[in-house]
Amino acid sequence: MMDVPVSWYVILALILFGIGTVGVLTRRNLLVVLMSLEIMLNGVNLALLAFARHHGDAQGQAAVFIVMAVAAAEVAVGLALAIALFRHDGSVDLDRATRMKG
Amino acid sequence: MTAQMVVFWILAVTSVAGALAVVLPPFGRNPLHAAVALLITFTSLAGLMVLLSAHLVAALQVLVYAGAVMVLFTFVVMLLNLRRQDLTGYRITAWKAVGVAAMIALSVKMGIALTAGLSAFDDPATAAQVANDFGGVKAVGRDLLTTYLVPFEATSLLLLVAIVGAVIVARRRDGGAA
Repeated sequence: MMDVPVSWYVILALILFGIGTVGVLTRRNLLVVLMSLEIMLNGVNLALLAFARHHGDAQGQAAVFIVMAVAAAEVAVGLALAIALFRHDGSVDLDRATRMKG
Repeated sequence: MTAQMVVFWILAVTSVAGALAVVLPPFGRNPLHAAVALLITFTSLAGLMVLLSAHLVAALQVLVYAGAVMVLFTFVVMLLNLRRQDLTGYRITAWKAVGVAAMIALSVKMGIALTAGLSAFDDPATAAQVANDFGGVKAVGRDLLTTYLVPFEATSLLLLVAIVGAVIVARRRDGGAA
């Protein structure tokens, strides 16, 4: 049984995506920017699952599975970059990370 | 108001509150506080996934996000050992303000368009009836190993590349062990 309308899930997904985007755009700490990216991806996953449930089609859940794997890879590489940036600059402040080389 | 709706509202409020706590200071100023807030969002979303009968994905959400990703975040936050003055909050430049304003405008516009376009989805009775094993390991696994076999195998390659890439990027440059 499905008692909650799909539109509620999609609006919630939109809110989470919006909050994540604002975080990515405004925060300076690289770690918090990566966390905001995770919120955005989770919002997208929720929308995919809501429509998968509505249509009774498990293919949307397979797509979510792949999004999760990509997100995990993204976090691993992103945090490795954060460690490299910290070793290089002594901070993870994105506004101070102005040089890409050297 | 059915029981499902009550559970939906509780989980929706906690997930949005957690997301806001990540993005907004004073909570988000300390990355460790932000990580805990993110954990609240992840677990609330796992609950919402159960409501959507996506049982396998909900279990993976707890394992991968609330487990592995969160451990990675807290580990790196503690490894970096940031000083007080490094815990920066915002810097709003004109371009960022434009970007945020555009994003908020876009979200509102999309919300209006969605509420109009989603009226077809407003009645839960129009949702497909699903079997009890919908969203279980068997149903999703069958799709992953037939229709989505190539993306599935590409995912394993992607994870391998990510592991090797992360080790190389995070390794010390002076030849010492990482």
